[in-house]
Amino acid sequence: MIKVDGIHKTFGKVHAVRGVSFDAPDGKITGLLGPNGAGKSTTLRVLYTVLKPDEGSASIDGKDVVTESLEARRCTGALPHGSGLYPHLTARENIAYYAALCGIPRSLIDEKVAGIIELLDITAFADRRTKGFSQGQRTRVALARSLVHDPQNIILDEPSNGLDVMATRALRELILKLRDDGRCVLFSSHVMQEVAALCDDIVIIANGRVAMEGSAEHIREQSGCDDLEDAFVAAITNVADD
Amino acid sequence: MRTVFTVFVKEVLDNIRDRRTLMSALLMGPLFGPILFAFVINLSIERSLSDGEKTLDVPLIGAEHAPNLVQYLVSNNMNIVAAPATSEEAVRAVKLGEHDLVVVIAADFGERLRNSLPAKVELISDRANTSAERDARRVRNALYSYNRELAALRLSARGVSPLTMRPLNIDDVDVSTPSGRSGILLGMMSYFFIFAMLMGGMYLAIDTTAGERERGSLEPLLALPVTRGRLMLGKIFAACLFMVLSLMLSLASFFVALKFMPLEQLGMTPNFGPDVVVKAFLLLLPFVLLGAAVMTLVASFTKSYKEAQTWLSVLMLAPTLPILVVSLLTLRPRTELMFIPSLSQHLLLIDMVKNEPLNLLHVAISVISTLLIGTLLTWLCARLYRREGLLG
Repeated sequence: MIKVDGIHKTFGKVHAVRGVSFDAPDGKITGLLGPNGAGKSTTLRVLYTVLKPDEGSASIDGKDVVTESLEARRCTGALPHGSGLYPHLTARENIAYYAALCGIPRSLIDEKVAGIIELLDITAFADRRTKGFSQGQRTRVALARSLVHDPQNIILDEPSNGLDVMATRALRELILKLRDDGRCVLFSSHVMQEVAALCDDIVIIANGRVAMEGSAEHIREQSGCDDLEDAFVAAITNVADD
Repeated sequence: MRTVFTVFVKEVLDNIRDRRTLMSALLMGPLFGPILFAFVINLSIERSLSDGEKTLDVPLIGAEHAPNLVQYLVSNNMNIVAAPATSEEAVRAVKLGEHDLVVVIAADFGERLRNSLPAKVELISDRANTSAERDARRVRNALYSYNRELAALRLSARGVSPLTMRPLNIDDVDVSTPSGRSGILLGMMSYFFIFAMLMGGMYLAIDTTAGERERGSLEPLLALPVTRGRLMLGKIFAACLFMVLSLMLSLASFFVALKFMPLEQLGMTPNFGPDVVVKAFLLLLPFVLLGAAVMTLVASFTKSYKEAQTWLSVLMLAPTLPILVVSLLTLRPRTELMFIPSLSQHLLLIDMVKNEPLNLLHVAISVISTLLIGTLLTWLCARLYRREGLLG
């Protein structure tokens, strides 16, 4: 369960996030949709605690991301945008490293890692060094290591970037499966079709603000457009004006 | 503690698998110093030994005016060869480097000599050219001693003891010992050790911040339920391990290289036995933490791996500064100097090589102050690892 309450973030003169609020409940997939540079990544980076908000607050399972950041991270699995792996370690070692850092007991690490490797279909290249992996392979390993400690909340920043059709499909299935397990999945994307196909709730962000939120149905009604794409464009142009 | 250990193990494994980096860190650093040293010392010994024995070619103008002087030079292992025709041409030839030196005997040499007037001999050389200057010095000394011999003969002929010309009997007493003299030559040795040590941990220190950032692995790492200070500690300890290895290798390679340097021929016997190697290792050990922390600190402010490398290469020179100041001012080990890292290690190491007794208070101050500064810098690193600017 993720709660975001009026967060602001400024980098120098750029006011990247200007009061974003939304809730992402357990057992649902929440999609953060918006054009490039809308403030999606910044919002997510505040949530996985690498950035501190200038104003406002956010919490994960009731743990404040600023004052209780360690506890908030403990119940979160994050896949930052363009996550890099350690090229001299194998895929399995990369995942095991994160498992150990997350505090999984040493005796359980092998088992956990083997489980997630199978779940994400990494077995074929699990024991190769990650140097030279394709984008799809890298994303899968990065995803595996952020999920290895069974987090209740999952934050994915543009996870489908650079994935081919098959990999995107596998990712979509995984996200649905996580939702059906009762977890809270929050992911960002600038691809509208993807969000429409997958998300229970959509939060449209433009210009650092929430332009519209709700289910796909709700957004269509609210904007008076039959087509979600038109609704999206209408929503972001409304905000872009001020 | 487990987190620190996990990070440590991973970093060590990662670094060992990176063969090329490891090779450059563990081979280049430790071997560079001794090889350079052995090369320079062997070269200088070879030169100084061969020069005295070699017959020196002396271009000479006006040999016919002073047959006795020429004879004297020849008997001093010199060979008279053809020279430019005039003294002006000789000056030009020396300037251009065609000749290292030219001796010019004036046309009235014989006549003035007979009349007991100073007879002119010119020695044309270029003092800025060090290798030519060595030859010129040989000729100059030969001319001076010929001068003295003639003066003594003249006085004897007039019934005056030549000793009247020597009111002073100057005796130069050199109290330096063979180990003491080697201190001068091996002064830079301590810098090689520190250099090799820093090289060993440089790549890991960069990797902690700039490297992780460039690879895109920093953000996912920071999003883990781990305090940043512990990540930083694990990484600094891993860098320390490779620095210690590198230090051990460089001490060992120096120990071996010294066996192949004929230092006795230069009148030096450095005190660098196995016990000194062990002591030097223990003395330099506290500098490891400080070095790792400084490198990590500097690298954390850079934007990219390349920038970090540039800055750290400059940083490598920093430990030479105190050493340079000391050798310029020829400072002796003093208690207050022992508070300065790298300088204290340098001074103590020189004392050991010179086979002088170690001042235990100095050792204690050096070890404690270096460790304290190292700890302080490590703490600072851990604090700075918390700032957002780290993400770049």
